[in-house]
Amino acid sequence: MATETLSIGKALNTGLRRALENDPKVVIMGEDVGKLGGVFRITDGLQKDFGDQRVIDTPLAESGIIGTAVGLAIRGFRPVCEIQFDGFVYPAYDQIVSQVAKMHYRSGGKLRIPMVIRIPFGGGIGAVEHHSESPEAYFSHTPGLKVVSCANPQDAYVMIQQAIASDDPIVFLEPKRRYWEKGPVDLDAPLADAYPLHASRVARPGTDATLLAYGPMVRTCLEAATAAAEDGRELEVIDLRSISPLDLGIVYDSVRRTGRAVVVHEAPSNVGLGAEIAARITEECFYSLEAPVLRVTGFDTPYPAARVEEEYLPDLDRVLDAVDRSFGW
Amino acid sequence: MAKGDPGVSTRGRRAAPRSRKAAGADPDLVQLLTPEGERIDSVTGPDGTVYRADLTDDEYRGLYRDLVLVRKLDAEATALQRQGELGLWASLLGQEAAQVGSGRALRTQDMAFPTYREHGVLYCRGIDPIMPLGLFRGVDQGGWDPNEFKFNMYTIVIGAQTLHATGYAMGVTMDGRMGGDDGEAVIAYFGDGATSQGDVNEAFVWASVFNAPLVFFCQNNQYAISEPLERQTRVPLYQRAAGFGFPGVRVDGNDVLASYAVTRTALDNARHGQGPSLIEAYTYRMGAHTTSDDPTRYRIASEVEAWQAKDPIARMKAFLTKQQLVDDDFFAEVDEQARRESLHLRERVLAMPNPEPVTMFDHVYPNGSPLLDEQRATFNRYMDSFEGSAH
Repeated sequence: MATETLSIGKALNTGLRRALENDPKVVIMGEDVGKLGGVFRITDGLQKDFGDQRVIDTPLAESGIIGTAVGLAIRGFRPVCEIQFDGFVYPAYDQIVSQVAKMHYRSGGKLRIPMVIRIPFGGGIGAVEHHSESPEAYFSHTPGLKVVSCANPQDAYVMIQQAIASDDPIVFLEPKRRYWEKGPVDLDAPLADAYPLHASRVARPGTDATLLAYGPMVRTCLEAATAAAEDGRELEVIDLRSISPLDLGIVYDSVRRTGRAVVVHEAPSNVGLGAEIAARITEECFYSLEAPVLRVTGFDTPYPAARVEEEYLPDLDRVLDAVDRSFGW
Repeated sequence: MAKGDPGVSTRGRRAAPRSRKAAGADPDLVQLLTPEGERIDSVTGPDGTVYRADLTDDEYRGLYRDLVLVRKLDAEATALQRQGELGLWASLLGQEAAQVGSGRALRTQDMAFPTYREHGVLYCRGIDPIMPLGLFRGVDQGGWDPNEFKFNMYTIVIGAQTLHATGYAMGVTMDGRMGGDDGEAVIAYFGDGATSQGDVNEAFVWASVFNAPLVFFCQNNQYAISEPLERQTRVPLYQRAAGFGFPGVRVDGNDVLASYAVTRTALDNARHGQGPSLIEAYTYRMGAHTTSDDPTRYRIASEVEAWQAKDPIARMKAFLTKQQLVDDDFFAEVDEQARRESLHLRERVLAMPNPEPVTMFDHVYPNGSPLLDEQRATFNRYMDSFEGSAH
């Protein structure tokens, strides 16, 4: 078994390479994805090896990237579109929400749009405005789209390939501040045997409370669980992985055992994923709950200047504070 | 030169200018100062417009001073980023003439809509050069008052500001502020990459059909991060204007005199009710896209060297020297002023405090929000819960 230690960024790069090798209809398109290899180098070396017909530097127009990818998909290609930063996806929002999401439905199932829209998302890298946003709720609210996020190199490698192989249009959110974090990746395990794309997974078992997160916040929750263990509290951390549809089966099992749940995401709380998750847990686990489901999120402000993002973003302290509040209920 | 109108002026007294039609190696290019510093008296553009920059000696010297200062401040910002004092910097290196020329062509009443690289225009508008550094340091998201300085906030989302400029210009018409010499005009800055955006093309349509008093000023610096111009267009960008129904002209963006003359003409046409136009300032981004970028991955050194020979400051210096418009001390004095101002800038950046975290809740809504007030109060209680908290 070839297990290598890769960063999340390199794991995505390797997964994309695999997808290009395995299916000649896979094309990568986006701004600076070719010669430069993307501003985060996620497509590094791919144009060199697969040519500029399969790894396409597009004109600088996000609506154009997604709109033309729709046409390519109708034609039988499997476009993997890179949006350079989260805050630059909105010019393409109309194409994604009105066209990509609805094409299958409108055609009565005759058309499939097997498109992956890769977006580096979230904050914590000290960037200027429009470079640190968490737009997952906009897409999760749109029927016809699926939304996933990876939190470790193994998932990055596998999930990007699964997303490309899927006939559903998928918004693939990459935790940009975790791009450089490393972990083991099994490069040889067959994709068919891999853990399902739209399934959540226990990232750390525990008995006292349940932490729920996806993407960049999984790591934060794991660190919080480690800190809590030193204080004698065992927190279960669940990596949701699939943001839409949510896979909450193991979440319900967990909350029925622990009686407490805290949802953590970087996006603002108002009408966010935390609200949806809290509502569903309340419906399914009402008699098991010892406290209301709590949320730790970004605040309901535009993403602030970089010098205060540390206070804006949920961190270990805020997660543990919420756990304390849950226990103090 | 002061912000605004440099006034009608007499030609450099010892200049021995010549006239020509835009012709030769690049017949499209309006140029009034060659890379060697040779002055051209007037140039006829593709639509017959005659361009000339008859400035006083003081104004020539002033433009040189602007160029040097703007470059020096920009270099200081790059250095500050390298030392970890700024999160990022988008350098204007190489584009000083396009920015100073167009910036000085603006009259006081004119409004500008920049991208995130128009530090030179910002300087010409009289805004403290510390202002954009707050944005790139991450302590605020801009800082200057757009209405006070007639210079909007920087816009990072590519091309979005062209529509804002168009709407603003439509407002000028609706307010009846067009017509005379005191009429208002608007300028929208964007780059070659932005011309692919839907927003920019929509701005062209709107400006055209509403005859907006607007100048589209495209600095074609040849690259959108790594992608060369050929990835955005198969025709010279200025020619796109024709399809939208307004004139377009290509100017040597490394020639501050031509950039000034062409922009001044276009703005004056706009303010007098003759509608929008497109200026393509043909230039080159000598540095990286931003400090996060490594241009050696996608372009060759010989190309950069070829553009180095067209340097906007060197040619202005050659012109001033050849025409004996300056005394011996002038260049040293300008350099000394640039050194002083950049040092001052550095000191103030280093002294820039981080904002209080709770200020992130400010200015979300003009009328506030109970939900947000509650969140702010919770945040304050949370911050106070830490031992030794200053709150």
